[in-house]
Amino acid sequence: MAARIHGGAGAGAATALSTFNPKKLVAPSRTNLPAARSSKRCIVAAAGSDASKSLRVGHSQKLIANAAVATKAETSATTGTGHELLLFEALQEGLEEEMDRDPHVCVMGEDVGHYGGSYKVTKGLADKFGDLRVLDTPICENAFTGMGIGAAMTGLRPVIEGMNMGFLLLAFNQISNNCGMLHYTSGGQFTIPVVIRGPGGVGRQLGAEHSQRLESYFQSIPGIQMVACSTPYNAKGLMKAAIRSENPVILFEHVLLYNLKEKIPDEEYICNLEEAEMVRPGEHITILTYSRMRYHVMQAAKTLVNKGYDPEVIDIRSLKPFDLYTIGNSVKKTHRVLIVEECMRTGGIGASLTAAINENFHDYLDAPVMCLSSQDVPTPYAGTLEEWTVVQPAQIVTAVEQLCQ
Amino acid sequence: MAIWFARSRTLVSSLRQNLGLSAIFIKHNYSSRRPVFTNSQLSPRVFLDPFSSYRHESTAVETHPYLVQQSDHEDDAQELDFPGGKVGYTSEMKFIPESSSRRIPCYRVLNEHGKIISDSDFIPVSEKLAVRMYEQMATLQVMDHIFYEAQRQGRISFYLTSVGEEAINIASAAALSPEDVVLPQYREPGVLLWRGFTLEEFANQCFGNKADYGKGRQMPIHYGSNQHNYFTVSSPIATQLPQAAGVGYALKMEKKNACAVTFIGDGGTSEGDFHAGLNFAAVMEAPVVFICRNNGWAISTHISEQFRSDGIVVKGQAYGIRSIRVDGNDALAVYSAVRSAREMAVKEQRPVLIEAMTYRVGHHSTSDDSTKYRAADEIQYWKMSRNPVNRFKKWVEDNGWWSEEDESKLRSSTRKQLLQAIQAAEKWEKQPLTELFNDVYDVKTKNLEEQELGLKELVEKQPQDYPLGFHN
Repeated sequence: MAARIHGGAGAGAATALSTFNPKKLVAPSRTNLPAARSSKRCIVAAAGSDASKSLRVGHSQKLIANAAVATKAETSATTGTGHELLLFEALQEGLEEEMDRDPHVCVMGEDVGHYGGSYKVTKGLADKFGDLRVLDTPICENAFTGMGIGAAMTGLRPVIEGMNMGFLLLAFNQISNNCGMLHYTSGGQFTIPVVIRGPGGVGRQLGAEHSQRLESYFQSIPGIQMVACSTPYNAKGLMKAAIRSENPVILFEHVLLYNLKEKIPDEEYICNLEEAEMVRPGEHITILTYSRMRYHVMQAAKTLVNKGYDPEVIDIRSLKPFDLYTIGNSVKKTHRVLIVEECMRTGGIGASLTAAINENFHDYLDAPVMCLSSQDVPTPYAGTLEEWTVVQPAQIVTAVEQLCQ
Repeated sequence: MAIWFARSRTLVSSLRQNLGLSAIFIKHNYSSRRPVFTNSQLSPRVFLDPFSSYRHESTAVETHPYLVQQSDHEDDAQELDFPGGKVGYTSEMKFIPESSSRRIPCYRVLNEHGKIISDSDFIPVSEKLAVRMYEQMATLQVMDHIFYEAQRQGRISFYLTSVGEEAINIASAAALSPEDVVLPQYREPGVLLWRGFTLEEFANQCFGNKADYGKGRQMPIHYGSNQHNYFTVSSPIATQLPQAAGVGYALKMEKKNACAVTFIGDGGTSEGDFHAGLNFAAVMEAPVVFICRNNGWAISTHISEQFRSDGIVVKGQAYGIRSIRVDGNDALAVYSAVRSAREMAVKEQRPVLIEAMTYRVGHHSTSDDSTKYRAADEIQYWKMSRNPVNRFKKWVEDNGWWSEEDESKLRSSTRKQLLQAIQAAEKWEKQPLTELFNDVYDVKTKNLEEQELGLKELVEKQPQDYPLGFHN
């Protein structure tokens, strides 16, 4: 199903299913349309209330100028002033609180002990809880994942850290065949409440092997849940929820997001593992994204708002299962969907999400679902190449403009 | 990195500053009265002592106020310092041979005629225990025979026997305590039998009926019972070994008087998980007993094509694990070895490796015909002359604890019980459709609910295409 954008420039219209070609999106014909005119077109169309073709703009006053503000839908009114911290510190805080709360929670992985973890998520924990409970393991991902599974079946709640998500490919056998399956095949007799976490995604020139998007490969495994954090708030909340879950949960962190700063509540909170997060409500188009791409989307949203668009941005957070309730409500409102992901075109989260939306909400769509993904190439080392393998805000803006015509 | 200094303490402090070293551990070499400065994150003591208390002391700087003036000659030193501790050196270039001239001998108590070898060390077994062990070994034989035949008759889809390995199965189980957590490969149903799993329960799992604890989700012989501390059999080979290290770790954390016991075949030791599991258990100092059933064959692969080492026992030392090779067809030897290993594992908090030498008399499984790759008379020899059940029987009979009458009574009643169990299990209804979607997660996710609804509707539309009771 090609995304033939009606009214769009012929050669320049990027089809949603073709290999993402940045050049095509910024074809010369596009620039002929002055920005002002396109935005005016939207508003005029709305005023004419031509429901079938135009974008529904409820009230033009509602176009929010500060598009970049992430509304924290779940934040309860904070009584205290909250405290500011970085994302990796938020993860550590969540982990520490859970370890204080339940003596069965333990951590295992490479260099998590006295070294504090490669990204310092487990900093200070070994000093506090001892080096048996925060365990440094030899280098064998399949082994310490298997070990975590065995420990979980015996009553502990291990948090298994992969130094980089890509290394967990070595643990695939244990994750798929045992983690995901043993609760089922044992007839419910054994539970495996493990949390498998680590940094993934494209970093800054880390090379192909260290820039992988494992969520693509793991999404089919029955029996596991997958979540991706993107802010200090949801990082802490998802960490805590994942530890408390009786199911095996894979928590995807992103290498480039560890130093994000945010103020989070002082009082205890957890995030729902299966819920998506409304980042910016809007009316014209639903943009679904997660992890680092959320920030590229929000950057693009700033530009889009200036151009007169009102995008609704949802951080899907729950990669398995999808929160089709929140997503569905949004699609029913805006009738246009753009998915922005870091996964590769083939077989990524975006591909599955596209299929799910088409199956479930086909009647509500005014345009085919468009998905912006990375190309099916190993991530190159060279900075210029690497930059173009990841979806950039400019491409998001152009895609929205196309979809909203 | 060893830095030799001939000066006083002031040089040490300037070194610390100049090199920005967070920890300089100065260790006094008392024998040669020379200080050795090592820049290392971990104290050398860590590698020599039990790890639990020393790790975090390693970053503390130890200084000795007195530093003796040294000469720079290295030749008086008998040993060299490297990460990992001191190691002697030699100027003779010598390679360690790939195998030692003599194979590691195998521990055995009973000879082929069922007589105790004089001067054997073994843990005595009472009449009650010996009789129970023999009864269970015989029961296992009957069970294997009947279930195998049932598969041949098409009543169950798959089976694999433990023929020839009854001593390993039963004697090892007898040596453990009920709290010891067992992680089987798949050829150890005898351990579950010993622990009280009934013939009916075995049959239910094989038929995958409603009474199966596994709820019909696994192939036959993939037994599992949390009540009996027997982890559900998982088909991939050797995945249970790192899991056993994890179980040992959990038991160690909770300070339980129990160990993890895990089984693997000779073929399974080629898997990466074997290396990983043993290495981890050793480093974690986890109470795990690894029992390798070296039965000579991995489907059609003979051990000469599986590895080039002297079996599995020699690999233990490579991981720093205490090991023993035992005659797996000698029930008394297996009992003593496993019992001692278990005590060591729990008391000393260390892993132990047992290689039990035996022979796989049966085919790999009902999907295999082993006469295709091995001589029929080889199989016959092991079945008759080296039979572990007969050997133990002789000893028990010689003690006057067992008679032919007991034998025929046991075999016929077990056979009858099994046939009845099979008939009952066959008739018992199968799992309903709802069990397809349960236990994937603790609570069904939305997509699973939808899929279940979809399947239900499909079945209701065309009930004639589905078995009775499929959708209740």
